[in-house]
Amino acid sequence: MADNNCINLVEMNNISKSFGKVIALKNINFRVGSNEVVGLIGDNGAGKSTLIKILMGVYPPDTGEIFIRDKSILLSHYSAKIAHNLRIEAVYQEKALGEKQPLWRNIFLGRQITNGVGFIDTKKEREETEKIMKNLIGFRSKGFNSESRVSELSGGERQGVAIGRAMYFDADLIILDEPTVALSLREVEKVINFIKQVKDTGKSCIMISHNISEEYSVADRFVILDRGEIVGEYKKEDVTLSELISKLVRISGENAEKVGA
Amino acid sequence: MKLKKTALLNARVYKTYAIILVYVVLMGIFMLTAPKAFTDYKIYLAFLSTVPFSLIMALGLTFVIIAGEIDLSFPSSMALSGFIFMYTYIHLKNSIIALIASLLVGVIIGLINGIIVAKIKVPSIIVTLATQFIWAGLAVILSGGIQINIPASRGSLFYNILVGKIANLIPAQSLWAFGLAIVMAFILNRHRFGEHVMFIGDNRATSQMLGINVDRTIIAVFTLNGALASFSSVLLGLEYVTWWPTQGPGFLLITIAAVFIGGTSIYGGEGTMLGTVIGAFIVGSITAGVVASGAAGFWTQLIVGVVMLFAVLFNTLIKGKQS
Repeated sequence: MADNNCINLVEMNNISKSFGKVIALKNINFRVGSNEVVGLIGDNGAGKSTLIKILMGVYPPDTGEIFIRDKSILLSHYSAKIAHNLRIEAVYQEKALGEKQPLWRNIFLGRQITNGVGFIDTKKEREETEKIMKNLIGFRSKGFNSESRVSELSGGERQGVAIGRAMYFDADLIILDEPTVALSLREVEKVINFIKQVKDTGKSCIMISHNISEEYSVADRFVILDRGEIVGEYKKEDVTLSELISKLVRISGENAEKVGA
Repeated sequence: MKLKKTALLNARVYKTYAIILVYVVLMGIFMLTAPKAFTDYKIYLAFLSTVPFSLIMALGLTFVIIAGEIDLSFPSSMALSGFIFMYTYIHLKNSIIALIASLLVGVIIGLINGIIVAKIKVPSIIVTLATQFIWAGLAVILSGGIQINIPASRGSLFYNILVGKIANLIPAQSLWAFGLAIVMAFILNRHRFGEHVMFIGDNRATSQMLGINVDRTIIAVFTLNGALASFSSVLLGLEYVTWWPTQGPGFLLITIAAVFIGGTSIYGGEGTMLGTVIGAFIVGSITAGVVASGAAGFWTQLIVGVVMLFAVLFNTLIKGKQS
């Protein structure tokens, strides 16, 4: 794709964000290259989700700027819809799908195939969903169809549907927020494979996870956030898994000391 | 695996048709206990004349509850906008302007509810409990607590279009109610707006993340409910050519009961217009059925309660089977 020839798919400069007196992010500089999987690591409250929500247009930063494919984003008018139009998709744990709704409604929510007055082409949406299930996420002969409710799916399958949705809408960047929490090992493997698939098709990915070894197995680069600041950034070739873990242990040790003092 | 799928499909279909079955059984019982009344078609025409008032409000309330909210203020919306209709009708002698004024009142009431719930994030049960008192109070103050009659309206074209008898038989308000039910069923199941309402009730965070304007949708749902209560108040005012200050509040519980008997989930995210239509007819038929069966009218509430409990238990059991 021509517009993927930019150096950085996403570039966030000097991003700060406070919620009342709580400083969530301090002068963050964060970037994602094209066809790169970035692992975003940090404790609860480190600011990972805030950073992602700013990138997704859920809320604006207090300061800073965002460039997507080297083009500056007008933050006062930025929204989840515009992020989608720029082919950035997020898959949020627990927040990706509506439990009681059929898969076809989940795939097209917010991007329904409609006629001029907003009525949904349900037949077309069902057909497309069947295609996604077969071709993009390999839900073959599992007893599911486009009418199945999300509540009938396992945790890994749900992540699969959400990732499949992102791929269907041709996302260049897929953001995965804790995609493997509360999944069995076999299900985790499925999700890891979905992410590898994303990378193989030339797309980029941001993966947020508590599980460093899972992250190490898929990411090209690691960014460590600690209480609103980036405290470390490593390429995979420069760091081993055990080195990465010991760096993290040191950071959380320092935090414990500070809290203790 | 195939078996699992069909079983699930059946469970869903069951839920929709079970409620029809409940209605048929109820009518069957009344035919046995009160054969004279219930084998005569006239009683069903009577239902077509009385049920639409609560049914129309129940349609709007179904949207509200599917969105995961509740509205307790629609009966007061009915009282106040009914008064405005009467007042405008008498003073301006123009039925169309009176209708528009009345609808406008409902829209404003709904907008206020919706804005407070969506923007200030006050739980809807508290907001609408408060506004319910305000609008009911305002209706009493403005009217001086006195009932208003518009006997002259009877027989006018406006009257005939809204509550006249089609072919000297079918109450027009039933056609309005059924028409609205069909339109709203299409909006719920086939229109973007209805899908957003279902997802907002199902998982608000998902809706937000996928770019749905949650606040605007919630405001729209409350506004719709307010407007439908106004429309119902106009029909009611014309049908009885009378407005009285406590007209609305009597509809609160039977309308809510109709929605839940119809299978709409209190947890939001699911519900059907067909269920609500049948629910409204079940609730609306019980009074007549109980009285015609020779039991004292005192029994009505008890039986509505039993039917509602059964319907809700049934829906919960089916859901249990699904998951």
